[in-house]
Amino acid sequence: MRFRVLEGGRGPDLLWLHSFHDRDAWPPVLERLAARFTVHAPFHPGVRGSEGVEHLDDVVDLALAYDELLGALELAAAPLVGHAFGGMMAAELAALCPHRATGLVLISPLGMWMDDKPQADLVTLPPRDLARVLWKDPESEVARRWATLPESEAENVAAQIEQIQRLSAMGKFVWPIPDKGLGRRAHRVSAPTLLLWGEEDTANPVVYAERFAAAIPRATVERRPGGHMLHLEAPDAVAESIARFLTPAPGGAGR
Amino acid sequence: MKICYFHLMPYRFLPGNFENDFRSVWVDVPDSLQDRGKVAGLYHEFLDELEHAERMGFDGLCVNEHHQNAYGLMPSPNLMAAALSRRTSRAALVVLGNSLALYNPPVRVAEEFAMLDLLSNGRLVAGFPVGTSMDTNFAYGVNPATLRERYHEAHDLVMQAWTRPDMFSFNGKYTQLRYVNLWPRPLQRPHPPVWIPGGGSLETWEWTAQRDYVYCYLSYYGYKRGKATMDGFWQTIETLGADDNPFRAGFLQLVCVSETDAQAERDYFEHVHYFYQRCLHVWEGFAEAPGYRTLKTLQAGVRPQVGDLGRKIRQSLDWRKYVDEGYVIAGSPATVREQLTDCIRTLRVGHLMVLLQIGSMPRELAMKNTELFGKEVLPHLRDLWPGYEDRWWPQGAVDPAANGPGAAATAAKAGPAPVAGPRGTAR
Repeated sequence: MRFRVLEGGRGPDLLWLHSFHDRDAWPPVLERLAARFTVHAPFHPGVRGSEGVEHLDDVVDLALAYDELLGALELAAAPLVGHAFGGMMAAELAALCPHRATGLVLISPLGMWMDDKPQADLVTLPPRDLARVLWKDPESEVARRWATLPESEAENVAAQIEQIQRLSAMGKFVWPIPDKGLGRRAHRVSAPTLLLWGEEDTANPVVYAERFAAAIPRATVERRPGGHMLHLEAPDAVAESIARFLTPAPGGAGR
Repeated sequence: MKICYFHLMPYRFLPGNFENDFRSVWVDVPDSLQDRGKVAGLYHEFLDELEHAERMGFDGLCVNEHHQNAYGLMPSPNLMAAALSRRTSRAALVVLGNSLALYNPPVRVAEEFAMLDLLSNGRLVAGFPVGTSMDTNFAYGVNPATLRERYHEAHDLVMQAWTRPDMFSFNGKYTQLRYVNLWPRPLQRPHPPVWIPGGGSLETWEWTAQRDYVYCYLSYYGYKRGKATMDGFWQTIETLGADDNPFRAGFLQLVCVSETDAQAERDYFEHVHYFYQRCLHVWEGFAEAPGYRTLKTLQAGVRPQVGDLGRKIRQSLDWRKYVDEGYVIAGSPATVREQLTDCIRTLRVGHLMVLLQIGSMPRELAMKNTELFGKEVLPHLRDLWPGYEDRWWPQGAVDPAANGPGAAATAAKAGPAPVAGPRGTAR
């Protein structure tokens, strides 16, 4: 196993886990967080320089690999933050190794499933269909910029192959339905947990927030205007919510 | 030269507006489009056509496996082969095949193929496809990231189950069996010949060649476009230092024979068009799950035959393009003979598979195509590749080359023989 980790900022440590459709490895929301935290953002195994996905069979293997990564980064414990698949893995890590998480922020996480409320097939949807479920407004500037691939043939092909690899590497742990037992393990999470959800999230409907809140002992739900890609649609608000949740109020009892 | 009759068993009654009004022929094709009474009739129609092909002198009858689709109504090709085993007596039963990664435990495949080999008196060819992404990843939910590893492990288990003399344990990553002890075992020893159908993945060439199996390229886009793939296979054979026996290779070609070239267009165009426009109408989102292709194959530029790219190729097709670009070899017997000879020589294939019931083609027309091919084309291809031994032909099927010229024709005239003991007992 070999992880590639992007790091930046100052302040207490924070682990950020990406999801399927993060083309920008250091998006504005991480820049905002870096003003308050030392952000560690690893690439998932099999994505852009992180290696060894072929040695991992399931989410437990992957969560334990993250446990080892925290050890290698000399972080005994840290707040764990992740979006969608990254949220699912943050929750798995916090459930399997509760002592690693001082706080948990899950932005529209995967990991639960209801047959009558299916999530969008985020690993396989073609670009146009994907844009419709990822964004509150697929025509917004951030959505359009995200959807634009390089124009030159060589760069375009490279970008498409990178995308297939990225989806394949993460898709391995959620195929064909992203419920791999988190519901059975979620009661083990001891960290205070914030569930951040876009009210207009059509990819992973907000009804799942209640399911997570019921399964994780110390969870609160915060809904905000936005879609599934809330962290890219509203980076200021998301960074602010995360910072507020993870930073005890002066003189307050904390959570 | 061996010529096999391939049947896809397509649903013939998709509505005229299908490709515009519905998203996909595979995975989520709506139930409202299937007339169950018609499907019941189709099975008998298609089996009649396959049985007719044996009477017309074809060496093998090919069936294959697909799921949740109107392109081919055969979730279980083994059932079709079982039906054929009782009503044919001479032709090889080429099951192309069972997608190994879909069976749990995979010894089920070893068992059913053993039964088919016994039922048919040793006429079985065992085909092991990886399976399309639509079938394996979407319809059957197999993880694309581990599909090929699972397939390879299942293959090893099946081959051991057929060949190891005593009961054994198998501690695989995907299958753990404490007791493997196949009853019954195949009639052919050490096992039925193995053919591997491929869609152009690079690593399949090497894997197939190393195990001395037959590589079959199943392309919808004809022999002109198939050349690059077959060249890649033969290049791999050369690199590995194996001989260039053409019977190492198989190729599927769509063929339409009529009285004249002009009559072929009148007879067959709408059915060929139905095949390309409706049977291959697979939604882009189901064409290829991320991880289905290896990085190596992606980097070599291999893309799926269906989905967005396939649609772009197919959209502009008229009869001239179907024929000129070699998607379909069509015309008078003389035209078809000439082009097929070119196809066989160019690709260096010893096992030609022809698709003669195409798309919406009704029974009478499929019978006509089969009969004209059998009488006017097939005998002229028979003597290609003299001097090469077909080591990949089932021991119980008639081998026209081994029995001297005309053996197949004699057997065909005699009609279906009563079920006899195993023939070709060289084992």
